[in-house]
Order: sequence, then C-alpha cells, then structure tokens
Amino acid sequence: MSAARRCRPPRALAGLFVWRLRNTGVRQIPCRFVHLYHVANDRLITFQYFNFLKRMYVTWCNKDLSQRAKPKSDSIVSPFHELQQLDQEKKVVHKISPVSPVQQSLSETSSRNELREMKSAAETEDSVIPVGAESKEDRRWKEMKLRLDDLPGILARLSKIKLTALVISTASAGFAMAPVPFELTCFLLASLGTGLASCAANSINQFFEVPFDSNMNRTKNRPLVRGQISPLLAVCFAASCGIPGIVLLTLGVNPLTGALGAFNIFLYTCCYTPLKRMSIANTWVGAVVGAIPPVMGWTAATGSLDAGALLLGGILYSWQFPHFNALSWGLREDYSRGGYCMMSVTHPGLCRRVALRHCLALIGLSTVAPVLDITTWTFPIISLPINLYISYLGFRFYRDADRSSSRKLFFCSLWHLPMLLLVMFTCKKSVLEKEDKGDLPGGAHETAMEIRLP
Amino acid sequence: PPAHSHSDWIGPPDKHSNLRPIIFYVPPEESALERRLREARQEAQASNQRFWARHNRAFRQEKEEFIYSRLKAKGLEMRDESGQKATLNAEEMADFYKDFLSKNFKKHLQYNRDWYKHNFRITFLMGQVALVRALRWLRRRKKNVEQ
Repeated sequence: MSAARRCRPPRALAGLFVWRLRNTGVRQIPCRFVHLYHVANDRLITFQYFNFLKRMYVTWCNKDLSQRAKPKSDSIVSPFHELQQLDQEKKVVHKISPVSPVQQSLSETSSRNELREMKSAAETEDSVIPVGAESKEDRRWKEMKLRLDDLPGILARLSKIKLTALVISTASAGFAMAPVPFELTCFLLASLGTGLASCAANSINQFFEVPFDSNMNRTKNRPLVRGQISPLLAVCFAASCGIPGIVLLTLGVNPLTGALGAFNIFLYTCCYTPLKRMSIANTWVGAVVGAIPPVMGWTAATGSLDAGALLLGGILYSWQFPHFNALSWGLREDYSRGGYCMMSVTHPGLCRRVALRHCLALIGLSTVAPVLDITTWTFPIISLPINLYISYLGFRFYRDADRSSSRKLFFCSLWHLPMLLLVMFTCKKSVLEKEDKGDLPGGAHETAMEIRLP
Repeated sequence: PPAHSHSDWIGPPDKHSNLRPIIFYVPPEESALERRLREARQEAQASNQRFWARHNRAFRQEKEEFIYSRLKAKGLEMRDESGQKATLNAEEMADFYKDFLSKNFKKHLQYNRDWYKHNFRITFLMGQVALVRALRWLRRRKKNVEQ
C-alpha cells in the first residue's frame, strides 16, 4: 500500500474510490475488532492523501471516533466522532468537503489514534514494527513536564484536529449550498468559528473521559490519558478556543450561527458525553451533533433557518447512523468492558434496523432536495446509484450482522457522504437561474457570484 | 523517577487497570493548597485504580467462564488439537457483552458520579494553585523591579 501511495498520480475520483475499495480487500487484517478502527483510520489516511487540501495531521475518533466527532460531532459511538471522516475537495474557489463528524467514540468512535502511531502504521507494510517501537516508548516512565515544542502536536490531538477539519468541511458544504451569493469573508469567519467551537468541544470531551479512554484500545493514546498535558490546561485550551469561536460566530457572522455553535458544544459535552454511559439514546443525540455544522454553514450564509438548512442537517443526521452503527459493531468488546451503552452491544437488532432505515431515508431526503428548490431534479437521479448502494450494504448488514458486512457498510459510508455532497453541489440550483425566474429580490444580480462547477 | 526531579512522573499503563500511575513530586515548601491538590489526585488515582483493576479482572474472569460454558455446551474442549485456545465467534460473544454491560450498569453509574466529582475537584484545585503561583510570581517580579 505504501508503494501505491508513493506513486500517486492524479486520479479520477472514480478511480480513486475503486482503488481504495480494492485495497480494502487486499490488506489482510487479523481478525481483531480493534484493528477495524486502525484499518479504518489507515484507509482514511490514504484516502485523505489524495485530497487537494493538505491536512497537517493525518490521523480517530474520530473516535465516532476515531470517533470522531465526537463529538463535537462525536456522535455515535465515541469512535464515531472520532470516526473517520472522509474529506474530499474540489479544486474550485469554493471547496466542498463533506465531512462526517465523527462521533465520539467513536466519539468516540471518532477515535483518532496517536498521530505517530498512525503515521508509522501507515508508512510501513508491516504494522508490527511500529507497534513494537511504540510500546517500548510506552513502557518508560515519563516526566510530566510540558514541553513547548510538543505543545502544538498535543493540542492537535486534544482537539481531534482531523475531526475538526471534517466538521469545518461539512459546515462549508452547508455554506456552499445556501442559495445566496458567495461571500469570502463570511465563509472564512464561519469556518474559523466552527473550527474553534469543534476544538473546544472535543477537548472537553477528552477531559471528561480520561479513565474510559485509557481502557479502550482506540483511545488509549490520547494526550490526557498519557499525561502529556494537565486537565487544567485542557480546560483552559477548550475555553480559549470555545469562547472566541462562539464570539466570532455571533459577532462576525450572525447571532443565529453563534447560538447554534454554542448549543452544539453544549449538546456534545454535556449531553452526548455523559449519555454515552447511561443510555443508548446517545447515538441519536450524537447524530444531531453531527447534523448541526452544515446547518450552521447555511445560517452563516443566509442568516435564517430555512428548509434547506434542515434538509442538509437531515441528510447528515441520517448518514451518521449507518456510519456509526457499522463501526460500533466491531467495537463491542471494548464498549462492553468500558461501560458504554451502545446499541451494538445492548440492542443489536435495533442497531442494524436503524442503520438500514436511515440508509433508505437518505434516498428520500435526496428526493426532497429539488422539491425545496435547493438542487435541480438531476440530483436525486444522479445520487440514486450511491444511495442505493449504501442501502444495499445496509440491508446486507441488517441481514448478515457480521464483521465483514459491517466493515463494508462503514467504508462505504466514508466515501458516500463526500460524493453525495459533491453531487449536491454540482446540482445546486443556480442563484442566477432563480433571478431569471424572478424569485430573488431584484437587488441581488449585480452582486451575484454564482460558483458553478464545469 | 530520578531523585533530583522536580516534577511528577507518569508510568506505563497498569496491567490490570490500564491506567497510568503517577508518582507525585512533593516540593519541600508545599503549601496547604498544594497538599490538598496532591492528596486529591492521589485519592482519585487510588480509587480509579481499584475500580478498574477489579472491573477488568471480573471481565476477564467472566469472559473465560462464559467461553468455557459455551464450549462445554457445544461439546468442545478449551484447547483444540493444535493446543490453541478455542474461542467463540463474535456473534456468540455478543451475548456475553450485552449481559456484562447490563450487569455492571449500576456500578458504572456510581463510578461515573465519583469520577466526575474527582475530576472537577482536581481541576478546580489545579486552577487555584496555578492562580496562587501566578500571583506569587507577579509579586516577586514587582519586588525585583522595585529593588
């Protein structure tokens, strides 16, 4: 795989996906559930490599999560949040990066493994050697002194920077889909504010979950678990990211976006994180957490909560379920031991049903988009194949309920969201078109800068 | 950790609890506040260690028992011909995971409450200590400037 990565010619998107999917089969991973996430992260890394936007940190959950996503968009299972987020960009002025807020676990499930470990694991064919070196490092007693040159790396891991980047991407997708002329400053402020809010939420999530993270394979290399940073510093960092972030959104963009950002932080840290250990309802709360960033992007652009914003949020909400449920299927042992109440452990049948239900909901939501005048009618038609494919995998997961079907569904969800958002953007109903039809107030046409993809 | 060190040292994860033990540095002129912080951290560490060591041990034990009983029901031995430990597949283990989670639910709720209490108290004390230290440093700076 490293060889393939080395010769990295520019590939057509389709080719990229095919390569990636093929690679999934090639790599023989020993049958360990915990490796699922490592593999998933690995996939994410190689996939991300093809992104135009260079991400500094390659690891999540992320999770989700690794998990993401958590939370801030750490929704489903901690790894979820930390779960892999797939990033995709188009080389246009306006980039679209679908993001799957990893929910925690995934949030957590968002699990983001240690940057170094992931990099080394990704770099070498044989993952045993890096793991060996890493564990040797681990065996030593370390001084609990903060080194300033380590700080950026530590803070990046604390804020689950990869997950945050994906959250920013979903928010910018929401911004892009809003039927208003594109304003660069507003876009940048919204993205920055969202990113800061996400960093804050992720840091607080990690602050709350130290002993649990140390007991789960996906998350045991986080900065607070390893004592690289004190809890006080983590909280201060979260405050210094969150407060400016929300203030920026409220004053620099609009109060509605700021309120949504603050609400999302609250939802993630005070509802999702404690709920993970109390009831399976955390998955639904986490899905809302993941759905809010695109809504924020939309309200940043238009200043109001329209049906379009809710639709975009709805698409991301529905997407979280196949993504997270499939991922959590492989992490049942860790969740059970760690005391996390996840559907995959306590209500496995429900877990699969919900995943399938929401795959089908995606088809329905895609059909609603042109009705709401967000996209043209080509969108449901073009997106039908990928929606049908993920529904098919969801059905297979529902029927077979085994590791391979859950993995297939999970990996599909990783590329499905970027593709869907991309297709949505290309099918976006042009502002100028609307003007011709006299839908828009007259004053807009001088300033209309509609970004259209070739 | 070396004797001359002035900071805390954190070690590798414990075998049973997966938590990393910390050896706290006791400065010679430790204030009452700093002592309270250190003791809070030590107490939290001890309590966490106790909980997780016991919990993980119980998990491993119950898992073994579960595998043993299921294998017996199927008529198999714990180790097959090649001497490898026989395991159940994921779907069979799922019953055990579900069971274990629900059995320990109350225990986890209680632990969560305790952990959040510890965590907030420690962080708050850290904040107080940091504030006191910062003020002391500022006062010293002012004194140096005045001299």
